[in-house]
Amino acid sequence: MHGVPRRHRRVRRLTVPLLSLKGVTRSVRLPDASILDILKGVDLQVDVGDHVSIVGRSGSGKTTLLNMLGLLDSPTSGTIHFEDRLVSKLSSGARDRARGADIGFIFQQFNLLQGRTALENVMTPLLYATGRQFWRRSSIATEMLDRVGLADRMSSMPERLSGGEQQRVAIARALVRGPRLILADEPTGALDIETGATVMRVLDDVADESGAALITITHDANVAARARRHYRLDHGVLSPLDARTPLAAPTVGAVL
Amino acid sequence: MKRLLTGMVGAVVEARAELRIHRMRVLLSLVGVGVAVAALTSVVGLGAIAQQSTVESFERSGGRPATLSAQVYSETGQPIATDAVAAAVDVAVERYGIGHSSSSGSIQQRVQFADGVSGVNLQLVGVDYATIHRLVVTDGAWFADGDADRLAPALIVNEAFWQRLGSPDLRTHPTVRLAGADGATAVIIGISTGVYSDPLDPAAFMLREAHERIADPAQLAGAQLAWEFWVPEQSAEDLTMALKRDIAGSVGTDVTVDIYRSDFAAFNDGEDPLLPIKLIVLGVAVLILFLGALSLVNISLVTVRQRIREIGIRRSFGATAGRVFFAVMMESVVGTIVAGAIGVFIAVLVVENPQVQQLIAQGATDLPPFPIEAALIGLGASAAVGALAGLLPAIVAVRVRVIDAIRY
Repeated sequence: MHGVPRRHRRVRRLTVPLLSLKGVTRSVRLPDASILDILKGVDLQVDVGDHVSIVGRSGSGKTTLLNMLGLLDSPTSGTIHFEDRLVSKLSSGARDRARGADIGFIFQQFNLLQGRTALENVMTPLLYATGRQFWRRSSIATEMLDRVGLADRMSSMPERLSGGEQQRVAIARALVRGPRLILADEPTGALDIETGATVMRVLDDVADESGAALITITHDANVAARARRHYRLDHGVLSPLDARTPLAAPTVGAVL
Repeated sequence: MKRLLTGMVGAVVEARAELRIHRMRVLLSLVGVGVAVAALTSVVGLGAIAQQSTVESFERSGGRPATLSAQVYSETGQPIATDAVAAAVDVAVERYGIGHSSSSGSIQQRVQFADGVSGVNLQLVGVDYATIHRLVVTDGAWFADGDADRLAPALIVNEAFWQRLGSPDLRTHPTVRLAGADGATAVIIGISTGVYSDPLDPAAFMLREAHERIADPAQLAGAQLAWEFWVPEQSAEDLTMALKRDIAGSVGTDVTVDIYRSDFAAFNDGEDPLLPIKLIVLGVAVLILFLGALSLVNISLVTVRQRIREIGIRRSFGATAGRVFFAVMMESVVGTIVAGAIGVFIAVLVVENPQVQQLIAQGATDLPPFPIEAALIGLGASAAVGALAGLLPAIVAVRVRVIDAIRY
């Protein structure tokens, strides 16, 4: 994958969806030997440049779905394709590398590495890259921080940054390797409304610029509203939130 | 290949940052390892010195390996023709190309001191005797080849002898009268440690040839006739047979020649006489290291639990399980190697300290330089401890469930 010019990748993406889940279920065996179904037949297709929001209450299976989308967990049944690659067929190393190269995570609690400057935090994902991205990690990270408007906070430690700034550092870190999918888990959950709105604007802008797809998992209706397509996750069932969205739309599916 | 290189460099960068950020924790956890390695290396280094000192003290009494001692005595009680025996020895030495040989008998010689005449143990030796027995001449010089021809025989005395004379400066060529022996006067040319005698009793060395010239026949007849040969260890057995055959064959039937190995290496039937020392040293060292490693494992296990969130974050940004494993291991190994290097440095300071050396070495002459194997053992042990102590936390780190680690 590395070394393939980005333009060529885009051409390929026109024909194959970026991420596609078909009939994905996830069950766990409880201590009393009963089976708990966490995800029940989730279908989801995400294309390049898509912006999808998923809302759901606690215990609805959001974490598990995030694990699936981030290639961190395998479904009990059903398939997940990342582009044309069947995720279950990938080795764990290949999955980790694909995650590093193509998926950027943004968390509610920012999860910046303590004791490291903003710049070092943004450089972290580049430590797992190869070639130019690895060797030029410092200048790439600097440029990325500049893009999220933190050129003057490069050498600040996370605890010296405001919540909004920390989340912008996290956005820069998520985007620094030029991922094609951004997974944002409650990205404004720890911010006040105004700061949250600013951060979301930055996230939208940067995601748009890079052409990455954005999946936002959130409670916040305002945040969810920024997405183009909306889903609700309820007791493991993923369904389009807006009743007006046609169920038969080619990129949307919800099966009970 | 490209991935391997960036992986290696990346892991080093990560480990370095980790060490920088958790300086205090790392420092505390590594103090134990540093001290353990310093102790281990010191023990091994001092062990080498103690061993050398023991070897030298063995060699001083029995000669270096392999020293063959020849005793010549009369079966009939008749005086032995000393010249004939000496000639036979010379021929044999020549024939077998023995590099170092010396006579080694001793007699009681009465010596005139300022406060009266005393009996002194006088060893009748050759020039090579000092080499074979590693004798140290603390002042003056050992016998040289021409010393046998001096009119006033040269004498090398022990400390007690010299002090009894009133500690004269050797540059003044102090002399001493030997009672009997036609009252010959001997010149003291050096001071050396004795070999067999009590260090508090006066004793001296004289070249056998020089003694023959001054001794009266009665004294000569009573002298013990003995020689020593320093030979390669592998041919010691063959030479024992050959020398006995040659010398006995040329001195006649009423003289018995007895030859045996007198150096320490021959005593224990091929077993290393220093083995107990080595085992004790090794046991102590391993115990010290084990304690150091234990504290390190303890701290690493506790801290890796605190770092689970960070590991989860790294995994979410593409760190493979292998990479996380390697990074945690690497951090541990880099840390312990640095601690080990400091430990080795401290050990060098301890072992090379003259006061410590004096305490341990007790008069060894060829003090070994700081044993390189001790330094290597120290570094190797610290790397091994790092790897072992890193293994458990690394396994814990790899098993981290990423999203759980991050979200809770």
